[in-house]
Amino acid sequence: MQTNVLEYFEGGALAGQRRRTAVVDGERSYSFDEIGRFAKNCAALILERSTDINRPIAVFLPKSAAAIVADLGVLYSGNCYANLDIKSPVERLKATLGNLGAGIIVTAAPHADALRALGVPERTLLFVDAAMTSTPCYDDDLLLERLTRLIDTDPLCIIHTSGSTGIPKGVVLSHRGTIDFMDWAFARLNLDGTEIIGSLSPFYFDIYTLELYLCLAKGATLVIIPEQHAAFPVKLLEYVAAQAVNFVFWVPTIMVNIATQGLLSRFALTSLRKVFFAGEVFPTKYLNQWRKFLPHALFVNLYGPIEITVDCTYFVVDREMADDDKLPIGFPCRNSDVLILDDENRPVAGGESGELCVRGSSLALGYWNDPERTARAFVQNPLNPHYPEPIYRTGDIVYRNPHGEIMIVGRRDFQIKHLGYRIDLGEIEHAALQVAAIENACVVYDHANKIIALFFESEREPPVAETRRRLAEFLPKYMLPTAFHRVAQMPRNPNGKIDRQLLAERVAAANARTP
Amino acid sequence: MTDRIVGLLQEIRPESDFAASRDFLGDGLLDSFDMIALVAALDAVFRVSIEGVDIVPQNFQNLDAIAALLRKYRVAL
Repeated sequence: MQTNVLEYFEGGALAGQRRRTAVVDGERSYSFDEIGRFAKNCAALILERSTDINRPIAVFLPKSAAAIVADLGVLYSGNCYANLDIKSPVERLKATLGNLGAGIIVTAAPHADALRALGVPERTLLFVDAAMTSTPCYDDDLLLERLTRLIDTDPLCIIHTSGSTGIPKGVVLSHRGTIDFMDWAFARLNLDGTEIIGSLSPFYFDIYTLELYLCLAKGATLVIIPEQHAAFPVKLLEYVAAQAVNFVFWVPTIMVNIATQGLLSRFALTSLRKVFFAGEVFPTKYLNQWRKFLPHALFVNLYGPIEITVDCTYFVVDREMADDDKLPIGFPCRNSDVLILDDENRPVAGGESGELCVRGSSLALGYWNDPERTARAFVQNPLNPHYPEPIYRTGDIVYRNPHGEIMIVGRRDFQIKHLGYRIDLGEIEHAALQVAAIENACVVYDHANKIIALFFESEREPPVAETRRRLAEFLPKYMLPTAFHRVAQMPRNPNGKIDRQLLAERVAAANARTP
Repeated sequence: MTDRIVGLLQEIRPESDFAASRDFLGDGLLDSFDMIALVAALDAVFRVSIEGVDIVPQNFQNLDAIAALLRKYRVAL
């Protein structure tokens, strides 16, 4: 029985594929043998400072092979890593580090000053460069012997996610939950180690979890896509083609952008075999364009808040979908169960909608140093009064369609009552995307002034009357937006999702000024 | 007319000094999200439709490069 994720590495890539390329970072590539040695060097350096286990160790590095070495070094030392965003605003970083209370921060010289400026003591800094030498400074037997002290419910990593209060929540993932998810993904999604991963997400995001452990367990190659390419879809696709990337796990935003710029027809992405996406809704009309140009690729929509370890439901896009069909989030991953509960915590009937709640080994251990928010989100299964059994309340409203697939309707918090009608703002957004000129839509509700505000991106300013007319083809009159705001670009969170809170504040501020 | 381009850039990233930079990308003035906004804004304001193949670093290096790109789309600057 596997108790920690390093067993993937020791029994996987390190056992049979030591010489294969593990990571491509710019001009340099690293074999599994190198990554393993560097990581163990890093662990030895950590152990010189402290022999504790299960403590958080922060990693303050840009997305790089060095960051992977640091993460694995932390794991080999028997601790859990917390990858931080080096571009995080000072106050946010300060709050995060304060909450984390890490005794060691793994970093590199160019980034140390940012930490020093926050008042981080010099003795907590550990420079990863010292570990990245070919001379081993560790005792393999000692390291592996230490790891036997870990159990599978111990923390693996802490991933920060924005909290409504502004202090990021540190979601503590366990070895168990990660093994649970990865074993399912390997089997169900046919991940076999032949993958050349085009990695685009930041390492403080959970997509990295799948990418990393796929490499370690199966010997797949992780190609770090240079950050500057993300700005230029042409460069991104050229790089994907040049590196013969055959697997991507991206957020839909960039994929929509590639589709709308008409680039799919210009690049023969023949190597791409698996296209996974998660994190937000992929509008079907753009997904269909991807499918048209990559008819042999496997497209998978994954869904899940980080609190249930990467993802908990999935939909293999295996049938034709109309452009205005909504994409399902599909079915639960093996060994995860989803409950769809109504306002009274009862399972919904048939195709009724309710809050998606998750139970299983995949649940995170909670929020680091935050018992109150942990207690609010991880609650006793209301259907089980007999013994303690936590479920995670996602806040997402879903229903099952006639295929038995789970469909997302919107957020519990974005459900509004307007003129006495119960409305999900997601539905208005979906309708807005059906208007030809509109590329991206976000609807926020001004409760005080009863205004449904539609923010949208579009090439040219469509006449409001025309937009309303088109929307009215999809929506009952009471759901039509009452304010239209064309924006050059939706404000986004660091992880690329639309910043709804900021839009809501704009609407509120604009209406506050109008008498 | 480059003032209009500067104005657009300033709307996207108010904190940056675009007039002083010769290399917006190298100097870190524009990131990937800004690029999406910039292209959308240029399209809208100058009534053009910049093609995906033209959205490459050398066309967005600095004010001159953006102006040259717009001229290619027959924008009178």
